[in-house]
Amino acid sequence: MIPAAFEYTKATTVAEALAALQAGGEDAKVLGGGQSLLPVLRLRLNAPSVLVDCSGIDEISGIREEGGKVVIGAGATHHAVMNNALVKSSVPLLAQATATVADPQIRHRGTCGGSMVHADPRADLPPVALALDAEFQIAGSGGQRTVKAAEFFQGPFETSVGPDEILVSVSFPKYDGWSTHYEKFNRTAQAWSIVGVAAAVRMDGGKIAEARIGLTNVGGTPMRASAIEQALVGASSLADIEAAAARASDGLAPFADDDADEEFRLHLARVLTKRAVAAASGLK
Amino acid sequence: MTATTETPSALGRPIKRKEDARLLHGQTNWTDNIQLPGTVHMAILRSPYAHAKITKLDVSPAKNHANVVNAFGAAELGDLNGSIPCVWPVTDDIVMPAFPALAPDTVRQVGDCVAVVLATNPQSAVDALEDIVVQYEPLPVVIDMEKAIAPGATPVHADAGTNVCYVYNLGGGYEEVKAKADVVVKRRFINQRLIPAFMEPRSVVAAPMGMSDEITVWSATQIPHVLRVLLALVTGIPENNLRVVAPDVGGGFGGKLQCYREEVLVVNLARKLGRPVKWTETRSEDMLATHHGRDQIQDIEIAATKDGKLLGLNVELIANMGAYLQIITPGIPLLGMFMYPAIYKMEAYNFKCTGVFTNTTPTDAYRGAGRPEATYAIERIIDELAAELGMDPLALREKNWIKHEEFPYTTVSGLTYDTGNYEAATAKALDLFGYDELRAEQKRRRDSNEPVQLGIGISTFTEMCGLAPSRTLGALKYVAGGWEHCTIRVLPTGKVELITGTSPHGQGHETAWSQIASSILGVPVEDIEVVHSDTGRAPYGMDTYGSRSLAVGGRAIKLAAERLIEKARVIAAHQLECSPADLEFVNGVFQVKGDASKQQPLGAVAFEAFTAHNLPDGVEPTLQGEATVDPDDFSYPHGTHLAAIEVDTETGKVRVRTYVAVDDVGIQVNPMIVEGQVHGGLAQGIAQALYEGAFYDEDGQPLNATLSTYLIPAAPDLPSFITGQTVTPSTTHPLGTKGVGEAGTIASTPAIINGVVDALRHLGVTEVAMPATPMTVWKTIQAAKGGK
Amino acid sequence: MHHIPITVTVDGMTYEREVEPRALLVHFLRNDLGRVGTVIGCDTSNCGACTVLLNGRSVKSCSVLAVQADGTSITTIQGLSDGNEWHPVQTAFKECHGLQCGYCTPGMVMSAVDLLSENPNPSEAEIREGLEGNLCRCTGYHNIVRSVEMAAELMGGAK
Repeated sequence: MIPAAFEYTKATTVAEALAALQAGGEDAKVLGGGQSLLPVLRLRLNAPSVLVDCSGIDEISGIREEGGKVVIGAGATHHAVMNNALVKSSVPLLAQATATVADPQIRHRGTCGGSMVHADPRADLPPVALALDAEFQIAGSGGQRTVKAAEFFQGPFETSVGPDEILVSVSFPKYDGWSTHYEKFNRTAQAWSIVGVAAAVRMDGGKIAEARIGLTNVGGTPMRASAIEQALVGASSLADIEAAAARASDGLAPFADDDADEEFRLHLARVLTKRAVAAASGLK
Repeated sequence: MTATTETPSALGRPIKRKEDARLLHGQTNWTDNIQLPGTVHMAILRSPYAHAKITKLDVSPAKNHANVVNAFGAAELGDLNGSIPCVWPVTDDIVMPAFPALAPDTVRQVGDCVAVVLATNPQSAVDALEDIVVQYEPLPVVIDMEKAIAPGATPVHADAGTNVCYVYNLGGGYEEVKAKADVVVKRRFINQRLIPAFMEPRSVVAAPMGMSDEITVWSATQIPHVLRVLLALVTGIPENNLRVVAPDVGGGFGGKLQCYREEVLVVNLARKLGRPVKWTETRSEDMLATHHGRDQIQDIEIAATKDGKLLGLNVELIANMGAYLQIITPGIPLLGMFMYPAIYKMEAYNFKCTGVFTNTTPTDAYRGAGRPEATYAIERIIDELAAELGMDPLALREKNWIKHEEFPYTTVSGLTYDTGNYEAATAKALDLFGYDELRAEQKRRRDSNEPVQLGIGISTFTEMCGLAPSRTLGALKYVAGGWEHCTIRVLPTGKVELITGTSPHGQGHETAWSQIASSILGVPVEDIEVVHSDTGRAPYGMDTYGSRSLAVGGRAIKLAAERLIEKARVIAAHQLECSPADLEFVNGVFQVKGDASKQQPLGAVAFEAFTAHNLPDGVEPTLQGEATVDPDDFSYPHGTHLAAIEVDTETGKVRVRTYVAVDDVGIQVNPMIVEGQVHGGLAQGIAQALYEGAFYDEDGQPLNATLSTYLIPAAPDLPSFITGQTVTPSTTHPLGTKGVGEAGTIASTPAIINGVVDALRHLGVTEVAMPATPMTVWKTIQAAKGGK
Repeated sequence: MHHIPITVTVDGMTYEREVEPRALLVHFLRNDLGRVGTVIGCDTSNCGACTVLLNGRSVKSCSVLAVQADGTSITTIQGLSDGNEWHPVQTAFKECHGLQCGYCTPGMVMSAVDLLSENPNPSEAEIREGLEGNLCRCTGYHNIVRSVEMAAELMGGAK
């Protein structure tokens, strides 16, 4: 319950944060909302020598519209994201998934960017970013670069953010005219998702014209279910969705844990994809 | 002065709790709040191995760490490394291994204590643990109970040469009745291991008082009185020099009914260092080091005629003791032993229990302690027998339960139930539940093959409360008695002190005991202070567990109050110049029968007893009444619980849609508190059915020993409950009360699983393992569909 | 390890202290300030017993560093009532028997306060969801839900 000792630096700008990370060397770590990091430190599962507190950097904590995209500052809290009018109207899938993250207290401190960079395979936001083709703006000593969601998540707890870089923002294209749903499945309210499905569909004449599906906790990283996305085009009934969702497990090589073995996890991927798409599309 | 008329008694009213003001304002006195000057903080190095030889242990580097006062392994502690007691050697030939607080040479469970560091602040103590040099040589691990008792298994305790702790037998005659049975149903149920997970982590502070030999111990315990005796025996500190205080205690559920290693270490180290020593566990330590509950393999067989008359029951248990025997580890299955026949009449009952050592955390009492296991097994197999016979499960129960006019009734296991009315409780539950409508909905869902199926779970349970008649405990080889004590004093100002030997940790004794005393003494509830949980202020008692506090402690309160009134009556008669027999006592006032102008309030009598200026000859000064009582018998609450369970057959997820609990706990002192006890009990019983289970891998590593992986339900995981009650007063208890602390937990687990199985029975499902997780349920459905 | 000066207002009183960077807010409250009404129930952020309001929003004080609380205003269970005037949530918890052992209560009450500040008239489902970050082992939550419903009424939300 008592973390190992560390030094602490508070950054007020991105430049200060980058400088502090560089000065801190390889054992320095970014502290955002702290809702993923502090539990790790309390249990002494990790012992960084320096924490660079980025939670007070105003320039990365806002939510704004820019170039037709919704830009979520990495330091925006879950609570801010899920209650933001722009997010709710233009990226409702993100708002809905964010509302399922942890609990109110953690959502008051935890940040969208922190959840993305932590890249827990069970997390609810990465599949949303993947399904919606979000882009990640990353700042480093050489300036800023942008990484697509498909390249951002590299493995369990591993992203393309380097040790001396920080995530600045995540930008989501606006999906006007799309309808969406996040289907979370867990054992208890406090438990992580066993499987979660983020679905977005564009309807045209009572049929699905386009679909985007992201799955969480079916592998080491969030997965994009491209095969189903194709198969869903033209679907006009629940039966059509079910037929397409049967392919949700295609190409997955899921793992076993205490909540689900491979077989059950694949089964859940199919059932929950069906439910997510049905809810998003309203098809019966 | 006008004649006093009877005002409503405080007994039986839902009075708001006295305890709440301080708890709701953070004005609490948890053990961890205690910060004494000069305190040394203890941190514990625990074994990461389930079974290993300690090949090297060097604590000296830790002593060089800043702020560290000292560090000890078993060798450094020497004689101060006390042996942890077990007070229930259930058989003459039970294996009772040594259980030193710090493991001297071998560790036998993950979390075993290996060394301690003492520092002037908690962080330095924890930091310095990392400086201790320790090496282990892993030994073969036994986790599976059946493998543990198979030939060739590595013994957990090498010198015992076996992992069989004991074998206990009771009853007989089952084979004879089985021979004449038309139907025999046999099942194996796994009653999984649970973690008590009270919300307040354990904490203990021991402080030598001045230059005397006295030591005061504050501990988050349910049993300050029993702990004092045991600490005296283990540490050798004279009992009269030990004061044990349980300050505010945040839940226990049996998990704080213990004499723990850490308590012995803190007391011995405080004595050695001559300064206060404090230890508070982390939650992750708690999950390893607080004793666990349940963990039994239950082979149960029931024999009946084809028209559903029960003939006999055969129960064979394998019960996990864990790595060591704690305070009453071996006895837990025996607390269930008598309860397998439950509310049913039958001719024969055989019981056998084999206690087994494994490389796991020791087991011991957890809410219900033996009775939930028994109730689960009998209520589950009754449903299975009903299915086999094609009978409605309620009809089968009714056919075999003891009818209300048959009480008192001696069961096949030898208990005599004083009262009960299973018909009334069941009728009321059915009324609240809407049984017929739900059966119709169930049929509709089945017929249309809906993804979400509905099941109805039934549990018509009884349990055994009020540990316990001392002679019975003696016959069962339990080392202590089961009595309880109360002293009531009316102070010179008329205020009342009620000193009880019970030790509440959430139950609301301060309120409920005040209500009992108020109803007898006629003193307002708010003028009564309940003194408890401090051997310095409340010297006699056997503490709180086993739903005993009201069942046993309540007797003592009533008798003490009555004795006090009898003494007061003599003094009042002297003052009023009449015979004691001429006085009546109404609302706290003595008055001469037929002459309301002649009155003496109890407070005035108390002042007279204080000044002692004019007491009758032979009457001693001060006004108090004392009673130490042994219960006549156990008490037997019962009830009917009905659950409507939805099972999503596509995902295996179970939802409790409606839960009706009708409990008969006899006369209720405070119905609000009774209902609260039922709610909390239900939550823990439902949690065993659906959410909780502590598991180990083959190497003895706990798989889910944190609060993020051991899933206790949060608010969204449970429904609101529908509760009701019937009142059949106990005839063996002077207040007519029975006990309620464990009823909800005992009843609800089988109700839930019966409901899950009922929802899926048409698919061929006859058993669902606990906890009924989505994967377990879904796999069970798949296996049934595949005809496996 | 050097200490860092911080200024924090807790329950209306401003404190200046120096803290170790690793000190958790809950340790600071309990050990440095003696504000022991806020308690610790776990080490994995599950139990919520340590919940306090930080600048008016509920947080788990085990999951905030004391240094991060620099310049903030904290309200704990000990600062909730106004003199002798109980907060309506406290009143409702007593009236509805929403506590037994009382260990989860400081956090549960603070979460309920936060919940009602955001949603003055919550449904039962919203109450249950809103309290998902707080574990109680005694009450089965039934009377906690009733308490929050009653508090909503007392605070004038149920209109």
